[in-house]
Amino acid sequence: MSDAQTQIPVTVLTGYLGAGKTTLLNRILSENHGKRYAVIVNEFGEIGIDNDLIVESDEEIYEMNNGCICCTVRGDLIRVVEGLMRRPGRFDAIVVETTGLADPVPVAQTFFMDDDVRSKTRLDAVVALVDAKHLPLRLKDSREAEDQIAFADVVVLNKTDLVTSEELAKVEATIRAINPAAKIHRTTRAGVDLTEVLDRGAFDLSRALENDPHFLEVHDDHDHHDHDGHDHHHHDHDGHDHHAHASDIHDVTVQSVSLRGGEMDPKKFFPWIEKITQMEGPNILRLKGIIALKGDDERYLIQGVHMIIEGDHQRAWKDGEKHESRLVFIGRELDAERLKKSFDACQAA
Amino acid sequence: MPTVAPLDLEGHCIAAAFLGDVPHFAMADGAIHRLDHGHKTVQANDGLLAAFHDAANDRLITGGEDGKVFAVKTGGEATELASAARKWITSVAAGPQGAIAYASGKTAFVRFADGKTREFVHPRSVEGLAFSPKGMRFGVARYNGATLHFPAAEGKPVELEWAGAHTGITFSPDGAFLVTTMQENALHGWKLADGKHMRMTGYPGKVKSLSWSVKGKWLASSGAPAAIVWPFSGKDGPMGKAPLELGTRGNAMVTAVACHPSQDVVAVGYDDGMVMAVRFADAKEVLLRRPGKGAITSMMWDKEERRVAFGSAAGDCGVIDITA
Repeated sequence: MSDAQTQIPVTVLTGYLGAGKTTLLNRILSENHGKRYAVIVNEFGEIGIDNDLIVESDEEIYEMNNGCICCTVRGDLIRVVEGLMRRPGRFDAIVVETTGLADPVPVAQTFFMDDDVRSKTRLDAVVALVDAKHLPLRLKDSREAEDQIAFADVVVLNKTDLVTSEELAKVEATIRAINPAAKIHRTTRAGVDLTEVLDRGAFDLSRALENDPHFLEVHDDHDHHDHDGHDHHHHDHDGHDHHAHASDIHDVTVQSVSLRGGEMDPKKFFPWIEKITQMEGPNILRLKGIIALKGDDERYLIQGVHMIIEGDHQRAWKDGEKHESRLVFIGRELDAERLKKSFDACQAA
Repeated sequence: MPTVAPLDLEGHCIAAAFLGDVPHFAMADGAIHRLDHGHKTVQANDGLLAAFHDAANDRLITGGEDGKVFAVKTGGEATELASAARKWITSVAAGPQGAIAYASGKTAFVRFADGKTREFVHPRSVEGLAFSPKGMRFGVARYNGATLHFPAAEGKPVELEWAGAHTGITFSPDGAFLVTTMQENALHGWKLADGKHMRMTGYPGKVKSLSWSVKGKWLASSGAPAAIVWPFSGKDGPMGKAPLELGTRGNAMVTAVACHPSQDVVAVGYDDGMVMAVRFADAKEVLLRRPGKGAITSMMWDKEERRVAFGSAAGDCGVIDITA
């Protein structure tokens, strides 16, 4: 992998039309934060700023010719990033804005699957803007809105002034239910501190852990969601009252499965994660984990998007630190029971 | 022993080419440098993305971030030929009778010598453009194949289908074959007479540079630790035949190739900046330039077959004199 120092960070901005993406983009482009951004947009639209580094690009999804249906990339991004990176001195970072209906996965996969893009840039974070007022409606009529939240590292819950505090709590619980690992910021007029959005290092798991020591410490109740496939009847939350309010405003098809175990046998764990991502790849949106490997002095971090997984050592286990493995899957139609059983079976004797 | 006259520039070289006998270096910032009794510069695009050497008219066609297309002639004359508002021009090509083609998003434009322009809109982005050497015909590389247009006539285009993203395109010098580079590490080809497919795979990296040898007998390509050179002299092209692997190095990748104008020799540029000349017949290698600062991005032989102009991704360009 290339030196992270020379790789330009890329922030992906998703969200439905009207969620506040343009407002946030205009802030990124105009505020005095000492950094220069190249921005790749689908349409110049309402960006009121004249800037040579705003590039219009048609979203173009390419299936890779390897028989894997979830191996998709954004062809236009490969082209534009390659062009931009031939003159790298002009900007410090790149922001990719997607259309409201866009699938964030091909955007993210572009930064893992294309060698040229990968050698020059690194995916920093996926930020989803969510309109507090209209999210329930969006979740009803589209799968993309749910995907965008499920895939995000940071959720900017915008237009909070348009809803009551009760409604807001419900919306936030809904977001939590879809994605327990994302950081949520409540805002009006996309007024989030830009440092919470830019240069997050969310795909750099060791930095993500520094930023949020409770990262991956998902509350146990989240893996009890009984989301039975795509059926649109009410979900049975088995008496988890504190979540009942989330389920009455949306039909969640995304679920998360949090696994926890002791030290793993590397000879069992790696073949297992390979197999799971090969078999279940299309259903896995994101996976993130900290793994304690038997006989290894260092913590091992792993993350994935569909079938792509990557992992690396992070740091030595501290004295007295519990050698524990944690792994979160966010996806659809995940067989929690089977994942748990097979994960447990990878534990070192 | 070959000698190198270096020209150290700033930034990424998109194209190194001889116009007349003057070496030109088109850089990503849009400056076109030349060595014409001293180092001179002319500014074309504000941000250069694509350049094509129009041999018939001895000029460089350039397209860029500013949405403009320029023709640059030796002597430092840069003429704007076309502009597309606020959209990047990502590919350019030159054809017969002074025609040029350029692409912006999903549209390919053909501009005839008299200034008349025709537009060809596609369902997906136009990734690459090339004119056929014969007749007024050009090809577009696109997602899932290639499209052939006949811009001087009305009528339907010819669609050539092959799953995957096709990023670049070239016709063989006799017009019999069409070859595309792909997003995957592969080339794809069609025999135009019958549409027969040619799969050329096995590259460890993406193929970004292609060059036809004299009379189109061979097609040299980058994307591997050697120049991969496919035989095209048979009627079915390289099908069932193994390519030559020339200039193999264990620790470097080939990033640019340029075949000699009259002999079966290829100039091979590597990602560490080294340049070698290799003969097809016996794979004999001659070092032309030691490794430099950046990957070789473009090379061209002059008409006298004496010099090779080269450009790199780090701006260390120059001219190699093989006779000195």
